[in-house]
Amino acid sequence: MMIRGRVWRIERDGKLIDDIDTDMIFHNKYLHIVDKKETAKYAFSNLDGWRDFPEKARENDILIVGENFGCGSSRQQAVDCFLSLGIKAIIGKSFGAIYKRNAINSGLAIFECPDIDKADIKTGDEIEIDIENGLIFKDGRVVAKAKPMTKVQLEIYRAGNLFKYAKHQSP
Amino acid sequence: MTIIEKIFASHTEDKVEVGETIWLKIDVRTARDFGGAQVVKNLEENYEGDYIDDASKTFFTFDTNAPAKTIGYANNQQICRIFARKHGIKVYDVDSGIGSHVLMEEGIIHTGKTAVGTDSHYNIVGAIGAFGQGMGDVDIAFVFKTGKTWFEVPPTIKVNFTGMPEGMWSAKDLALFTIKALGKRALGKAIEFYGEILDKMSVDARITLASMVTEMGGIIGFIPPNDEVIKWMEKNAGVKISPVYADEDATYEKEIDIDVSNLQPMIALPGSPSNVVPVSHVEGKAIDSVFIGSCTNGRYEDMKVTCKILEGRKVHENVMLKVVPTTRRIWKQILEEGMIKKMFDAGAIISNPGCAGCAAGQIGMTGEHEVQLSTANRNFKGKQGLGDTYLCSPQTAAASAVAGYITEVI
Repeated sequence: MMIRGRVWRIERDGKLIDDIDTDMIFHNKYLHIVDKKETAKYAFSNLDGWRDFPEKARENDILIVGENFGCGSSRQQAVDCFLSLGIKAIIGKSFGAIYKRNAINSGLAIFECPDIDKADIKTGDEIEIDIENGLIFKDGRVVAKAKPMTKVQLEIYRAGNLFKYAKHQSP
Repeated sequence: MTIIEKIFASHTEDKVEVGETIWLKIDVRTARDFGGAQVVKNLEENYEGDYIDDASKTFFTFDTNAPAKTIGYANNQQICRIFARKHGIKVYDVDSGIGSHVLMEEGIIHTGKTAVGTDSHYNIVGAIGAFGQGMGDVDIAFVFKTGKTWFEVPPTIKVNFTGMPEGMWSAKDLALFTIKALGKRALGKAIEFYGEILDKMSVDARITLASMVTEMGGIIGFIPPNDEVIKWMEKNAGVKISPVYADEDATYEKEIDIDVSNLQPMIALPGSPSNVVPVSHVEGKAIDSVFIGSCTNGRYEDMKVTCKILEGRKVHENVMLKVVPTTRRIWKQILEEGMIKKMFDAGAIISNPGCAGCAAGQIGMTGEHEVQLSTANRNFKGKQGLGDTYLCSPQTAAASAVAGYITEVI
């Protein structure tokens, strides 16, 4: 199964930003928002230089992020806001543990790739991700290799989300 | 087996091996006013009735915005209350305090138990040898419905504190010092803490250390319970408790020694809990406000040390001091012991229990150019308002509130 999309490198001064926490992704002043569609407006609403991201993002885009992305709180909205914008996958050097779970459970594909910064991928490039094997392609060539998802993670992703997965399984 | 592996092994039918994903049975299933309404929505949208596996193991705890100061939170709390009444779920309402603490005090969470909540500091229960984990509302809804969750068994690292500090120190100083010493080495791991210094640490002090494992990037940090902690748990639970300890031949991914003999009052500079320096490096910096509370530093001992420093003194005229005990039980104790009066006389604002500053809760936020000292666990830009937040111990916070500038002692 392949995911195809246009890349956003979440960077500052040419470098991927590390330790983007959930308050920078979705600030705690919007925590009361329950409507998933509404969360889209506030993606990166507290990240300097990226506040206009919701206007720039397009359906099927892919994010490339630095280390420890999504550290901080357990808020699901920090995942929902990207899903509502149509973001299909996030490739990062590493992720906060809770964020990774939240993303997988909601059907947002997450790929850990410590060497992603070394790959020749710029904002605006079109890439493809082979989700079973974690291979990342540009112009038909493999440009990076991410850690593949575990079996359960892949099954949840394929089902669409944790609830749909559970309907087919009796864990 | 390590502590996490032993707890997992008693809560799963799957083979517990590092890196494997297992299905874990959850003893205590909770949602807060933050996340709670989404949990209800997830259940109602994805299942057809029969939402709760076991109501006696399921709780709502309202602590984030207590009482609700926005319509959004008020609505969300009411959605949870209505759902809870319908399904026989107990609600620890806005008067109770921070959920993870309340459930430890109630004896519902103790060593060997598994607990989850919509609170990224739910791993705080590692302080008493329990497994806890903060999760998002999708996960929690699934746990409410099934009583289980999937979990990747993390590797465990063993952190040995060596030596004993000669000078002044507190559990918060140790927590900040450990964040700096570990760097990113705990990312995604379980930690077990050992060392002589832990013997000097009460339940309250252990909670402070365990609460900041989240900021270390760890899954959870276990502090093996000593006799004092076991007694505390037994008193709360009303039953005999035998703690879970690691096997002697347990396999650790790494052992890290941290020498604490030079431990001194520490402070995290604005921006990140890992920007840690000794307080002496920023001594004298003028401050505008002080927040003493949170799941990290709002327990009885934190109140006691705060009160001791404030007694007979006055908060500096340029400083707002906001004190927020973590739970109602602590509030009652300090009320009965006359501490509220002493802090009040010193000029402190004393709020009802809850998360307060950390969640844009009941004690307000910081304004632009405001310099705040906080005993909480996070100081990411914008989290507690537009001002600059420094993280420190209640001792440093209280002394600085009196002085009007950052200082270790008054």
